[in-house]
Amino acid sequence: MITAERKPMEELIECLKPYHRILLVGCNECVTVCAAGGRKEVGILSSALQMAFKTEGKNLEVKEITLERQCDPEYVEELVTHIDQAEAVMSMACGCGVQEIARRFKDKPVYPAVNTTFMGASERQGVWAERCQGCGECVLGLTGGICPIARCSKQLLNGPCGGSTNGKCEVDPDIDCAWQLIWDRLKALGLEDRYEENIPAKDWRTGRGGGPRKIIREDLVK
Amino acid sequence: MENFEPTIVAFCCHYCAYTAADMAGSKRLCYPSNVKIIRVPCSGKVDSIHILKALEMGADGVYVAGCLEGDCHFKNGNIEASKRVAYIKKLLDEINIGGERVEMVLMSAGMGERFAQTAVDMTEKIRKLGPNPVKSASKADHAA
Amino acid sequence: MKTESVLEKIFASGELAVTSECGPPRGAVPEKIIEKAKMLKGYVDAVNVTDNQTAMVRMSSFAACVFIKQLGMNPILQMVTRDRNRLAMQADILGAYSHGINNMLCLSGDHPHFGDHPMAANVHDIDSVQFVQMVKDMRDNGKFQGGDDISNPPKMFIGAAANPFADPFELRVARLGKKVKAGTDFIQTQCIYNLDKFEKWMEGVRDRGLHEKVNIMAGITPMKTVGMAKYMKNRVPGMDVPDEIIKRMAGVPKEKQPDEGIKISVEAIERLKAVEGVKGFHIMAIEWEQKVPEIVEKAGLLPRPKVDL
Repeated sequence: MITAERKPMEELIECLKPYHRILLVGCNECVTVCAAGGRKEVGILSSALQMAFKTEGKNLEVKEITLERQCDPEYVEELVTHIDQAEAVMSMACGCGVQEIARRFKDKPVYPAVNTTFMGASERQGVWAERCQGCGECVLGLTGGICPIARCSKQLLNGPCGGSTNGKCEVDPDIDCAWQLIWDRLKALGLEDRYEENIPAKDWRTGRGGGPRKIIREDLVK
Repeated sequence: MENFEPTIVAFCCHYCAYTAADMAGSKRLCYPSNVKIIRVPCSGKVDSIHILKALEMGADGVYVAGCLEGDCHFKNGNIEASKRVAYIKKLLDEINIGGERVEMVLMSAGMGERFAQTAVDMTEKIRKLGPNPVKSASKADHAA
Repeated sequence: MKTESVLEKIFASGELAVTSECGPPRGAVPEKIIEKAKMLKGYVDAVNVTDNQTAMVRMSSFAACVFIKQLGMNPILQMVTRDRNRLAMQADILGAYSHGINNMLCLSGDHPHFGDHPMAANVHDIDSVQFVQMVKDMRDNGKFQGGDDISNPPKMFIGAAANPFADPFELRVARLGKKVKAGTDFIQTQCIYNLDKFEKWMEGVRDRGLHEKVNIMAGITPMKTVGMAKYMKNRVPGMDVPDEIIKRMAGVPKEKQPDEGIKISVEAIERLKAVEGVKGFHIMAIEWEQKVPEIVEKAGLLPRPKVDL
């Protein structure tokens, strides 16, 4: 999923200062799962914002809406009936959702309520960790299903570096050394020989190196 | 301000604090009428939004009363509630309402005295803190 | 010979090679690097020049290498993958070689987290193994990493680092193997204090025959104080300082500790000379360059061989 975290209240209150009526839009997908911008968080933020405004003697009307998927135009269209009553939109979706609202409603200011953080997985209740950087050319088949690009601090394709200690990364003892994980897994799979192969320098064109990316599926395009 | 009587919402777990309140009643223990009790099936059932809504609608303080550690009827609802209360405290600090208006307390069904004392302590604490700034500001708003 | 490097010639002659290092200054003060390098002249065969070591901004390794070259010494250009993408790295390699620099050490570098610009973007376009491969392809195939031809390809004598003490230990020889396969000519190891563990690593190196494919230089860092020994043990990732070393340093009065540290280094060199596959020593006296001549002399590594240029 795409993970996110709510921005500090001070920043949110500051950007909403000029407004009296806003739409607060959540998303039912990733940000719901990582408890950053689903219906529940929309309710909490709405209440907190209204209280914050009241303590300063002001009033903020908040219309709460949580869309099925904020990164799809079909669902964003549902805002049409509400958008006119709002002076601005605050989105609790990831950056994709925020931009979709900005694209659809050209004359409406839209503000992000969360910082979109990474593509990750849930390690346990309340803990999410980075797993993928969307490099566009997956190497997981070579590395035992553990990504050295997303999970090694130096994104070494031929690790581990000299800073791996007791399975932990030198950058932070809370970070697992990706190459220790890869090695353990290759051993468990009896694929130790794979380690001997030097992985060549990566072609970053499939990643951000090639500029903003697009996927076009001719069989689906209308 | 000197006549300020705070309104306090207490979310009380059916298995402990709510029964403790009964116990306090049957022992004829005095506790302030400022405390409005809402019975919940478990303190873990109290969500962040319930606490916020209580404050938004004018409560000056809120507390969640759950079972003693290890005694939750549903295993760990009290622990979950404590974590939620801690989260809400931080959020309230961020919006200058003050996290100290919200507390988590633990007690057993037999602790009538503890229930009464908690109600007294919380009422005193909130009385010192003064009215919920949300409420006073909106009143001023109306007056204007 | 693959290059005109003096270091390569010394390895070829069968003599033990000696290198040391200079950290460039944190300011536009060329005097500092010249002063440090002069202390080493005549005592070492080549001098590593670090590249933003510990991720702190310093005068560029390339510029400092030029000053050292002008003293008639042999600099080893250190370069990390942390700060440059492959374009910038290759450009600097062409520049350095044009200035007569013909040794380099290919590293990934300390993470910015440890330095004075933790907010900087990490480049890591390629890793150290791929870096070695790139420099080798530039030299032996005359090709840029992107595939185009190079006019007058830079002939670099290619070094890389190895840390026998990091985890997982069982991968340490295999990782060296990857660097050798990529085309490394010489290896400088992490500072060695745990000689038993180093010898065990060398056994693994010999089992794979890597000692015949690459020149391994044992890393030596003299300790000034027991405090430094403790710091290295507890705070420096991937460093293995046995308790005996700490005890030994702590066992002498403070004013004698520097001498004891040098004694430990000299003894280590003496012992490691006998290890098959050790082809030289890399003496890293951190901000203590003036002691390098003493160590080299006491370890019986003088005079340094003269090779024809």
